[in-house]
Amino acid sequence: MTTSPLVKKQRNPVRAALSKIVIYIVLGLWAATTIFPFLWVLGNSFKERKFILSETFAIPTGDMFTTSNYQTAFDRIPIFTAYRNSLVISGAVTVFVIIIAGLCAYGLARYSFKGRRLLHSIVLAAMMFPAFATIIPVYRMEFQWGIANTHSLPLTWLSIILPQVAGNISFAVIVLMGYIRSLPIDLEEAAFLEGYGVTRIFFRIIMPLARPSFATVGIFTFLWSYNDLFTQLFFLRYEKFYSITRLLNMISSQEGTNYGLLCSAVVLVVVPVLIVYILLQKNIVKGLTAGAIKG
Amino acid sequence: MKNHNSMIFKKKGPLLLFLVPAFAFLAVYLFYPFVLNIWNSFQDIGGLGQAPAGMNDPWYKNYTDMATDPVMHTAILNTLLIMLCTILFQVGIALVLALMVDGIRVGNQFFRTVYFFPIIISATALGLMFNMVFLYDGGMVNELLHSMGLISKNIDWKDQSHWFFTMTAPVMWQYVGFYFVIIVTGLNNISPDIYEAAEIDGASAMQRIFRIKLPLLHNTLMTCLVLAITGALKVFDLPWTMFPNGIPLNASWLTGTYMYKQTLGGAQNVDYGSAISILIVVLGVVISQVANAIFKEKDY
Repeated sequence: MTTSPLVKKQRNPVRAALSKIVIYIVLGLWAATTIFPFLWVLGNSFKERKFILSETFAIPTGDMFTTSNYQTAFDRIPIFTAYRNSLVISGAVTVFVIIIAGLCAYGLARYSFKGRRLLHSIVLAAMMFPAFATIIPVYRMEFQWGIANTHSLPLTWLSIILPQVAGNISFAVIVLMGYIRSLPIDLEEAAFLEGYGVTRIFFRIIMPLARPSFATVGIFTFLWSYNDLFTQLFFLRYEKFYSITRLLNMISSQEGTNYGLLCSAVVLVVVPVLIVYILLQKNIVKGLTAGAIKG
Repeated sequence: MKNHNSMIFKKKGPLLLFLVPAFAFLAVYLFYPFVLNIWNSFQDIGGLGQAPAGMNDPWYKNYTDMATDPVMHTAILNTLLIMLCTILFQVGIALVLALMVDGIRVGNQFFRTVYFFPIIISATALGLMFNMVFLYDGGMVNELLHSMGLISKNIDWKDQSHWFFTMTAPVMWQYVGFYFVIIVTGLNNISPDIYEAAEIDGASAMQRIFRIKLPLLHNTLMTCLVLAITGALKVFDLPWTMFPNGIPLNASWLTGTYMYKQTLGGAQNVDYGSAISILIVVLGVVISQVANAIFKEKDY
């Protein structure tokens, strides 16, 4: 074609507007697939079973509205115990990972020593291990130590906290190391001249300075631990020890046709996560891409 | 690096405190069990808590069993199919959406937030949700298709001819947002100067996508490819919630779910489970190496 760039540009507005519309329609459609199913479940969790089947898209108002599904959920399933177990387990995993991985990331980022490269590649390699490949020996080891498959609540907590900590450390080290490396060293040197020891520098200066990246690591560790059904199937054997996710798995096999209950259970599991997500949304999406991917 | 010459880090003593906890965890909970797992796969272990009853006869029996076990073949085939779908649809859809979002200004942040949302929801909850979405009677999909007049009789989404779609679609759907965010970040890292130069040269939108964006996204897409391959091998929660025990008729097993069945899911054949988990690792390493070799960054 002989049209010059400028002419071409002037011909574009109608086409450009049209393509904008198409773009927004496609993007909107995909957004709808992620939002609509959750709204559908939320709506149906407030309906009697017969309305779930016959009036599945109706908004629950008037006769249709009921909170009985939630009453059943709270009466029949130990949902508060499960919330507590989930919070204790995933909270502890998060705290341990943040401290242990933070220390390791700081050591690897700031010290120069023989074998640093080797240790770094070990951390990278550890990311490749799927839980499938370690879970059987880990379970057998903990069973021998007497902490797995016991009737003691603290021991059961411990038995799942330890492998989940190990599973999250390498990801956390990589993200944190990238961030700590980018921090200027001046503050640390000033603190050193003030007489701070290096551990104090880590807790008083590095941790506050690297807070955004610790936040990302913390959020992801918590969510992965909270959602990790596979490990929970191995270590949470008795109903009184069940976490939210494990409980949900049990409900699905035992109450598979009680659709009202299923809907309310899904809502009860999703809502805490949704609240966390909306509050911390910036940290989650930005932090992940800033650290994990460039790392 | 000049950092490492700082006075603070001259004394190496504290380094032990920094490194030992993390590497102790990795050694005890990842590396040692991983090696032990290989050893276990040659032994005869009945229950999870039981001591081995000696070596298998012959010691590599589990591996020959895998070669002749028809269910294992199904599981491997299904896993490879899921992997292919992951690469084509998860990464593909994410790429299209990311290129679209890159071209607009309004709503950018909204789409990121909404697309990423399913990733943080437990796959168990999503499995329950999709069980109802694909319910035979009153399920969302069947009702939608009815109201649009596309079907006259309900579809059984879990039967012999539909199960693969019903199992795979939710897995694809959940992780599109993950690759989307990675690719959008990659696009943001492309320097604006390049676009300006392209504009002056009069490149059309399509030319900008195929001549600038896609080539410069090469490394990002490689990351996505490797993540998709290893990710597909880790799929467990969602299929296990929606299609427990290989329904219908042993058709829907994946390597992960079949490994679980052998170990805790009733088959009581722990050493066979170990062998399957090693196959999972080998598949992951081999396939991602092959993909790396094929799509390696070319020198321009």
